[in-house]
Amino acid sequence: MNAISYNFAYLDEQTKREIRRALLKALAIPGHQVPFASREMPLARGWGTGGMQVTAAVIGRDDVLKVIDQGADDTTNAVSIRQFFGRVAGVRTTTRTEEATLIQTRHRIPETPLRPGQIMVYQVPQPEPLWRLEPSRAETRRLHALAEYGIMHVKLYEDIARHGRITLAYDYPVLVHGRYVMSPSPIPAFDNPKLHRSPAIHLFGAGREKRIYAVPPYTDVVSLAFEDHPFRPWKAEAACALCGSTDTYLDEIVIDDRGTRRYVCSDTDWCERRRAQGRPV
Amino acid sequence: MLTCGFADPVHDAQAAFRALLEATARPGTIVSLPQSGAPQPLPEAAAAIALTLCDRDTAVWLDACLATPSVCQWLRFHTASPLVADPADACFAFARADTAPFGSLSTGTDEAPERSAILVLLVKGFVPGRVLRLSGPGIETEKVLSVDGLPSAFLAWRAGNLALYPRGVDVLLISGNKAAALPRTTVVQEV
Ligand SMILES: [Zn+2]
Repeated sequence: MNAISYNFAYLDEQTKREIRRALLKALAIPGHQVPFASREMPLARGWGTGGMQVTAAVIGRDDVLKVIDQGADDTTNAVSIRQFFGRVAGVRTTTRTEEATLIQTRHRIPETPLRPGQIMVYQVPQPEPLWRLEPSRAETRRLHALAEYGIMHVKLYEDIARHGRITLAYDYPVLVHGRYVMSPSPIPAFDNPKLHRSPAIHLFGAGREKRIYAVPPYTDVVSLAFEDHPFRPWKAEAACALCGSTDTYLDEIVIDDRGTRRYVCSDTDWCERRRAQGRPV
Repeated sequence: MLTCGFADPVHDAQAAFRALLEATARPGTIVSLPQSGAPQPLPEAAAAIALTLCDRDTAVWLDACLATPSVCQWLRFHTASPLVADPADACFAFARADTAPFGSLSTGTDEAPERSAILVLLVKGFVPGRVLRLSGPGIETEKVLSVDGLPSAFLAWRAGNLALYPRGVDVLLISGNKAAALPRTTVVQEV
């Protein structure tokens, strides 16, 4: 047996303590971005170092970890993060949403309803919902402090004026606990309603931008919209070619070299379970 | 002799943090914290919170009845936290409920509301005493929490604290090895 040359869950205790303090503050101020001194992780940046640091600060030996990239458990990114925590924390891993106590994700919230006792950890590339509208960090901090979100409403309204509807399909901004406008990370707008009054804990980590934020259970998370243009998330008007589902988020895939396209569930675990329950097309 | 800290520092700190995370995410839920080897008169849960969250980056304030030489020495040894004389400077304030400096604690700033104090408040117990009705983020509808040894000034202070949102002080109520959180968003009313 080789000597273990790293600490449990990779990060040192001092680093974990700082992240843990930031997480408690983030839960106490839902949707507010709390700064933290982001560390390097032994995976390339852009592979979710913020999410990995949050997972490392939270995870314990009794946890069961699921990692999803897009909606799938079997992408290179998901597999390597899962293996990493299997190795440095010795935890059980799973692909089944209902078995997991900790779910690290990029791009999706599982279709299987979450429950109390589960923690979602999001890998966030850009935590600032106002970044496209206001490049100055000092200024966005001021706007959040004043709850001055006029520029966001103007941007959404311009979208409506130009396209007849709000065209944002991903990273659709939400208002949390009636106070902070928050980026839900690059999940499809289709997943936004799953954050609203969810029984689970949702933790967001942005490594490059050094920010942590959170949504506690049973917290109001409302997608921004207008009375005459209510929130209507985009979804393919199709059924899953594998399980027949019409109420899940679908990915369009090319199945042959003639460019034939089919729609399949983005959440591979959910799709497999549905087929296993004998509901194929 | 210094009493020891956590028996298993890495895993006990993780378990304590997860309990505090659940407590903060679900206000009014009573959680148990691991044995912390607390020196008298510091309660077990207060010591576990210090071992889990305090270090040289967090100023700690202790009220007069807690600031004994043995407690101060134990905290310095295990956390390296600077002990401050003014509660306004504290990241963590440990106080008995009847003498807590409620109005003196830092509530953060509009831009950095996270730079506020966490008040670790020692109460007599979570048995029938003052019956609180809680609502807000983390609570599906309503939660009832009984706390023995909470002064009536606490409720008036909480109402003012809520009005400061997003600034405000977050509270951890503790007794023995038990803790329950009242983050700044929780609406606290007496039944
Ligand atoms: Zn399917």
